[in-house]
Order: sequence, then structure tokens, then C-alpha cells
Amino acid sequence: MKIRIKFAKHGTMKFIGHLDVMRYFQKAMRRADVDIRYSEGFSPHQIMSFAAPLGVGLTSNGEYLDIEVHSTGSSEEMIRKLNDVMVEGFQILSWKKLGDDAGNAMSLVDSADYTLTFRKGYEPEDMESFLSGLEAFYSRPSIPIIKKTKKGEKEMDLKPLVYACQVTRGETPSIFVKVSTGSSNNVKPELFLETYCNECGFPFSPFTFEIQREEIYAPGFVPLNDLGENIE
Amino acid sequence: MRKLALSDEILLSVDKPARYIGGEVNSVMKDPEKVDIRFAMCFPDVYEISMSHLGLQILYDMFNRRDDVYCERVFSPWVDLDRIMREKNIPLFALESQDPVKDFDFLGITLQYEMCYTNILQVLELSGIPLHADERGEEDPIVIGGGPCAYNPEPLAVFFDLFYMGEGETLYDEIFDLYKANKKQGGSRKDFLEKAAELPGIYVPGFYEVDYKEDGTIAAFRPINSHAKPVITKELVMDMDSAPYIRKPVVPFIKVTQDRVVLEIMRGCIRGCRFCQAGNVYRPLREHSLEYLKDYANQMLKSTGHEEISLSSLSSSDYSKLEGLVNYLMEEFKGKGINISLPSLRIDAFSLDVMSKVQDVRKSSLTFAPEAGSQRLRDVINKGLTEEVILKGAADAFHGGWNRVKLYFMLGLPTETVEDMEGIALLAEKVAETYYEEIPKSERHGKVQVVASSSFFVPKPFTPFQWAKMCTKEEFLERAYIVRNKFKEMLNYKSLKYNWHEADLTVLEGVLARGDRKVAAVVEEAYKNGALYDSWSEHFKNDIWMKAFETCGLSIDFYTTRERSLDEIFPWDFIDCGVSKKFLIREWKQAMEAQVTPNCRQKCSACGAMKFKGGVCFENKN
Repeated sequence: MKIRIKFAKHGTMKFIGHLDVMRYFQKAMRRADVDIRYSEGFSPHQIMSFAAPLGVGLTSNGEYLDIEVHSTGSSEEMIRKLNDVMVEGFQILSWKKLGDDAGNAMSLVDSADYTLTFRKGYEPEDMESFLSGLEAFYSRPSIPIIKKTKKGEKEMDLKPLVYACQVTRGETPSIFVKVSTGSSNNVKPELFLETYCNECGFPFSPFTFEIQREEIYAPGFVPLNDLGENIE
Repeated sequence: MRKLALSDEILLSVDKPARYIGGEVNSVMKDPEKVDIRFAMCFPDVYEISMSHLGLQILYDMFNRRDDVYCERVFSPWVDLDRIMREKNIPLFALESQDPVKDFDFLGITLQYEMCYTNILQVLELSGIPLHADERGEEDPIVIGGGPCAYNPEPLAVFFDLFYMGEGETLYDEIFDLYKANKKQGGSRKDFLEKAAELPGIYVPGFYEVDYKEDGTIAAFRPINSHAKPVITKELVMDMDSAPYIRKPVVPFIKVTQDRVVLEIMRGCIRGCRFCQAGNVYRPLREHSLEYLKDYANQMLKSTGHEEISLSSLSSSDYSKLEGLVNYLMEEFKGKGINISLPSLRIDAFSLDVMSKVQDVRKSSLTFAPEAGSQRLRDVINKGLTEEVILKGAADAFHGGWNRVKLYFMLGLPTETVEDMEGIALLAEKVAETYYEEIPKSERHGKVQVVASSSFFVPKPFTPFQWAKMCTKEEFLERAYIVRNKFKEMLNYKSLKYNWHEADLTVLEGVLARGDRKVAAVVEEAYKNGALYDSWSEHFKNDIWMKAFETCGLSIDFYTTRERSLDEIFPWDFIDCGVSKKFLIREWKQAMEAQVTPNCRQKCSACGAMKFKGGVCFENKN
């Protein structure tokens, strides 16, 4: 039986890299007594795959992993069992049953939502002009960038790969983006912002923004979560 | 969200930030305001090494069972963070609360190997604690040392307020109670140290004085404080099953060296190898019961979710209920995706059968530790392994499907001759030949691979070889070349491989292992000139150390190659680890005659450890 798990990653756990998150969940499955399936062979491993690796430094409200199990309790029970063995910073949000022919999360990933806020000490002096400039920048018909590839440099257009960009003003201004994600045309949100910063002359550093992933979608902007069903 | 001591910018610019954030599964969170004692438990090396240490996890678990104590962990920051902390004046912090170590009541440092001594100074300096115990004030933590290197604490004496001799389970409750009572009465740091000095296994170096002879050896060592005793007897657990073990080991996020549940099955060793410090200072051998081990195996696997469990001891094959334990672990856990690893097993029919069940034969290699190349020299070191046993074990293993063998040796052992050295190559060759003789061509899985490694011998305190003359760096390398050249003459040369360790590091280890109080100045001088992480070959800077010896006016040869007389007072002679000096002298003489001594289960050799009234000394005597 295929199961899709959605979890959040917050706080200090943003410093745990993807490979270590995988190891963390393998151990968590055993602590929670999840009846997970193992591969055949001399050194069996759990059948488990993650949707999209999250970079070190990012937090998330929408991470996904798929597993296969021999048996399962209700979604509510399984969420509680797993949350009982989580550390502060990891939270299980859903446990859903997938159809037997469902594609795995990794192959479905098509786009993702991110929220960016300024890290303390990195805010622009003139916040309003930064934000309105960004809105104007995004409304351009095309945003050409030079992308470095293994073969050299190639020009590409970012615009069709950034599906949305919205600015929220207020005490803690934030920037919401929906970008193409996955094995082809993967756009990191900071690439879009860096391009803008370079253009408007705002000094960009890898620490300028605190970035949080909000959701991951299958094609057609369907949240990966919606492809499974709750177990009563 | 937990507050961290380091900013995002710093954590995102250093290697493996997970080393510094704490918050792991089973790490203990308490309110520091609600405890009486804050204890910072330190392993002076990088996180991945430190978190692999069993003793630290045992004490962490044990201390935190007390409601009035909060024990946290602190490790050496890696060189990248070390640089940043110095630049920005960031004080060293404990992983759990992220609070500065300087605010703690105790800083306990485990001393597992000599080459971590400069890292101890790093921890003290980054914490803002004066390096010298006599410069510390009422507000500074009490700095405690313990672990195997505490069996010669003298090269570190000036840096520590006190040393705890022996196994940590027995005395800490009393130490904590003493500390609380002293604090309540408004007692000073010195008041506490005087009270602690009266506890059996506690050594307060500041309460002792050493006189030296003109030749640099010790004339006298004596207490200069009425609370201090002339002899410090090691502490040890006599009823192993009454001692607390780890119920909830901390589970690191990043991959550490020992990424598994470690089940300590016994302490001590019956073998009496004459080079081995652990085999002497941990006497007598004491076993856990099968029921105790089953219970803890279950608890630890459940609380960690680890996929592997490993047995720990100096020589697992000597555990009397090994078969029962291994069978239990296999029946209980093998089907649940949990691997069982069995290090330090003697190769015989039982262990080969077990290993073929728990590991992939094709991928694993078999390890023998003959330690010396000839039977004569193996008799000198009292290593019971014979060539016949090795070749029989290898033959059985080859029939079982293995075709990779590792052989461990030491070079520079007392009385070693060219013949003994060449014996290493000859033994490796015989193992290879055994493969080709035993296994018909049609059944071979490729070539046999025999890898021989040699480390260089360092004489250690409390061993029969504590009187031995150590080789110089040049002599070590010369010996390694003799072995290498002999390997080249072997018929199956292409199936054999020979490695040897670094010689510079070995020489220094030799100085620190048998050093006296004068050596502390060299450690400090080397540290101040940039020595750090000396056990990491990429960071080891031999020239800094050489210069430090020169600056301090100390001779390396005095500590390493000098002949020691049987009546010399050694810096560590005031410690009683059970095994008597009389026994060690007897063993040293036996070694020179190439006479073996039977193991503790064959015959008692009156080493002295029987006075602890337990363990193997009283087996079958009820």
C-alpha cells in the first residue's frame, strides 16, 4: 500500500540537509513502529522517496515523502504515532493513502510556492520602492537571464517559469512566488530575486532572504496532498 | 523556536552546521533555572567522533536521570568555526541550552587519546576559562578529567582541577551531593576540592608536589594538602547489572562514526596482552547478564530507531554467553531490517557461522590481529594467537566464501628483530597461499586480497611494557621499509598489500603517554603556536611541536627512547589500578624470556585486581 506523508520543517531543523532528513525519517519509521515495506536483498532498505530536496537554510510547510507499508492505522492515528517520535521542528501534517498505480511524488513535482521575508539586518532602506519595483519587474513580458550550464552559458527567459509573484506589505513585508520545480526547468526562488536585485542595484547576498517553501504541486497546480485519500 | 548561539549567517557558512545546533532525538531538554548543577560534558574532538563515544552517552544518560542535574554536551568546534569564534569573540556553548560553558558548574572532559590534548586547551580558551587550574576563580566551572588517558594525568595536571580515576558510574552522585552541600554552606572552590580529594578515586593535582632528580626523573611525589591521599585507587563497577546503562542514546542527524546502537557486553579482558593498556587498567573482566543485555538492546533500538546494533567489549569472544546473545539478537531483530555487527570476534567455526548470517560475505573482509610477525615475538607480547590458528581460521573463512583478509601488526615491539619484521610479509603470504591451496580454481571468486597494516608501538603506563624503550621516528620507518621490501619478494605479491602509520604522530603520542608534569608546557606552547586537531593527519603540524620542545627545553628522547630502570618512580605510580607494579615487573621479565602467561580463565596470575572482589577472579568459585 502506498502512503504519502506531508510534513513541515521549521526552526533549527532548517540546518539539516536533505540526506540527513532522509536518515532521520528512516529512523523515525522504526521508532513509531510503522509497518513499512523493505526492499528485497541482503541489505534491505525501507521503500521511501522524497518529493523534492529542500535546500539547507530553508524552512517548509509542505514537504512530502512517499512510503510503502504492509498495514496502516487511520490517518489520525498514524499522524499521532509519528508526531510522538518527532523532534522540535519536524511536524507530520498528513498521512494519505495513494492508489496502487499512483506515480511517486518525485516524478510528479511540477511547481512550488515560496514565501520570502527579509532577514533581520538585510531590509532595504526604501522598502516601498523595492517592493513596487519588484511588481513592475515581474510584469515585464520577459525576464532574460544568463544561465551557467555544464556546456557553457546560455540565455533563457525566467518569466514563463515564474507563475506568480505577489507582494504583501505591512510590518513584515513578504514576497510570495510560485515557480517551476522539478527535474527540468527547476527555478530557485532566490534566482528570481537575485536577478531583480542585480537589476535594481540592491546588494543581494545569500543571506538577504529567509525562504520558506509553502506547497509542492503536481502538474495543473494540484497540491501533492490532494492525490491521496484520508484513511478513516 | 530554540535560540541558537550562532547566527544563521555563521551556521550557513560553516561545514555541517548540524554539529552545533543540538535538538537531536533523545537530547535532553531541561529548564536550567530548575536545576542545582549544570554539567558540560566534553569530548575534545569534532562532533562525529565525539558522538560515537559510548562512555559519554552513558554518563549523559545517567546524570540526566537526576532532577537536580542538567548535563549537556560540548565538543570541539571544527577549524572553520574555531576561526570565526575567535574573530568574533563568540564564547563556546553547550549544544542543548546553547548557553556559554563558562556559566556551568562543571566542565567534564573525557580523555580518550593523547593527540586530543591541544583540543582541550581550545575548549578551555574558547569557553573563556583560564587554562591553568590555579588561575581559575570562584565563578569558573570545576574542570574534571577522566577516561583512559587519565591513567597518566600528569602531562595535563596543571589544566585540570580534578581527575576522576576509573569508571564514572560509581562516584558522581557523591560528587554532586558534595558540591550542592558546599554551595549551600557558602563554601569556596577550594573547600569543594578538598572535600572531593577525600573521595576514593579523586585526584586533585594542585594538592600534590613533585621533586625531580638531576637526571630529570622523579625523586618524590607527595601530597601537600592534608585532605589529599598519597595513593588514588581507581573506581570501578563491581555488579555490572546494577549499573545504569543508556536507555535513550542521542541520535545524531549527521552520519557519525558509530551510527548504531552500541551494547556494552562486558568490561575488562582476560587476555593480558603485554602492550595493551585497556587490558590491564580495566581488570578484572566483569560481564553483564544476558537478561540485562536483552532488555537494553530492546530499549535502545526502540528509542533510537537505529538500523544496526553492535556489541562492544575488548574481546567479544570471551563473553561467556555470546552464543545466546547473538542468537537472541538474530531471532529478534534480523527480520526487522536491523543489522547486527560483531567487532572484535575471534575467528572460529562459531563466529564464521554467525558472520555469514549477519553480513554479506562477498562484501566484508575478515580481520585478524596477530600484532607480531613471528611466534617468538607473539610470545613476547603474550598474544595467544598462533600461526596455525590464523591459517585454520583463514581456510575456514575461504571455504565460507570470504576472500578478503585484513591483518593488523605493530612494529617497534620490544626485542623485535629483522626476522620478526619479515615474518609479517611471510604470514601474509601464507594466508594468500592458503586460499590458492584450499579453494579449487573453479570455486574462486577472483583473487584473494590480504591487506596487512602496521602501527608503531607506543609503550603505555600500567602495562608490562611501560619500561620499554620506544623507537625513534627513523627506526620506525626503517622497520616499515624492511617489511615493505620483504613483501616485494613474495610469490603472491600481487594479492598482498602493506600499509603503515605515520611515524611523527607516534613519537609525540609516546611523549604524552609517558610524560610528566613538565610536558604540560610543551602542550601549551604547541597549542599557542597553532597545534590543534593533531589526531587529524591533515591538521597535524609536526614542526610546531618540535619547536615547542626546543622552546621549553625538553628532550623527546627522555620520554621515548630512554632506558628506564625497574626502580624508577613513574609519574603515574601514585595511581592504583588494581594491577600491581610487582606483577607488571614480573610480566616484563617474562616478556624478555618470551614466556607466555595464561589468561585469567586458565589460571590466575595474581595481577592484583582480585582485591576488587569480583568479576572473573571469582567465577566458578561460589
